[in-house]
Amino acid sequence: MNKHWKTLLQVFWTFFKIGPVTFGGGFAMIPLIEKEIVDKRKWLQKDDVSDVFALAQSVPGAIAINSATFIGHRIAGVKGAIAAMLGISLPTFLIVLSLGITYLFIQDSPKIEAAFVSIRASIVAIIIYAAIKVGKSAIIDKSTLGILVIGTAALFFIHPLFMILFGGVHGSILIVIKKKLGYKIAYEKSNKKDSNEDGNDFFMGAGI
Amino acid sequence: MLLWELFKSFFFIGAVSFGGGYAMIPVIEAEVSKNEWMTIQQFTDIIAIAGMAPGPIAANSAILVGYSTAGITGAVVAALGILLPSVLIVLLVATFFRKLNHYPVVKSIFYGLRPIVMSLIIYAALKFALSNNLISLHISWYTSSLLVIFGLSLLALLKFNWHPIYVIILSGLVGVTLYS
Repeated sequence: MNKHWKTLLQVFWTFFKIGPVTFGGGFAMIPLIEKEIVDKRKWLQKDDVSDVFALAQSVPGAIAINSATFIGHRIAGVKGAIAAMLGISLPTFLIVLSLGITYLFIQDSPKIEAAFVSIRASIVAIIIYAAIKVGKSAIIDKSTLGILVIGTAALFFIHPLFMILFGGVHGSILIVIKKKLGYKIAYEKSNKKDSNEDGNDFFMGAGI
Repeated sequence: MLLWELFKSFFFIGAVSFGGGYAMIPVIEAEVSKNEWMTIQQFTDIIAIAGMAPGPIAANSAILVGYSTAGITGAVVAALGILLPSVLIVLLVATFFRKLNHYPVVKSIFYGLRPIVMSLIIYAALKFALSNNLISLHISWYTSSLLVIFGLSLLALLKFNWHPIYVIILSGLVGVTLYS
């Protein structure tokens, strides 16, 4: 029992240290995972890391948190998963909270207001940059381009939650129709080999 | 009850948060304006602060929306709300599958989902641009300076591969010199 708790604490602490490194995307933590989890603790094989990241991208949620939860589960079951999730989330939670508290204190100062006028324009640029990054793996043929154009227009009238559900269902239907019509199916960009060979390809453009 | 509303909203958002966080901005925005938690300007600021911290944008914005509506308890409740669905799904998947993305069904779902994720992000950009005077028929020194800041930020990100946090910090300094 005692040894079990020690493992959980180690899992928590390892991910607690990795947490602050997840600046702008979960892929930034791959080298650290390899160093801390594979080389130092030997909790995981190096080959497993790319599997974990591929899985982490195919379920909802942030890559960093999902992969931590997966690895935690491999090491010590459900309790390990929770320990890893808390470990990776806690540092950023505290950092975000203190930034938020600071902002609420200083937001009325004219200088801060002036700074945010400019920052708001930059945020639009950052979001467009994110869209372009996602687009590289999302827009691979005419059908996906069509979904993009119709989807963007439809969002002005339809709740985004429904659009996400619609996107998934629509994708499956489209593939079935294409198969029936005898098209060759390419689910992903064809210029890469097996996408699971390398762990750091942008399965969902989530490196941002 | 406010805390329950926060938890519920972010739990649903967490369950569908595909595509790196930025796609969740319009979803969170829809919930925020439906519940009248804050104005869209305040929400833009929250996205800026979320981008200054490490960690995922979606979870960071949840924490900040929670904090500004219901204090530290609100932050904790919103964070748990957005994290819980992924933890549950990850546990489920980890128990039953080893390689989820090998299944054709999963592949075809993502085939349709990725363009929608891009739509969501573009929609978020359009909405922010409209509400922050970036797209405006009224041409003045103010609106054109904002367009220049927007253009330079995009250039820094695309051409020079700057990390978004540097763009935010530098843009803030430019704002202090230009607008105060």
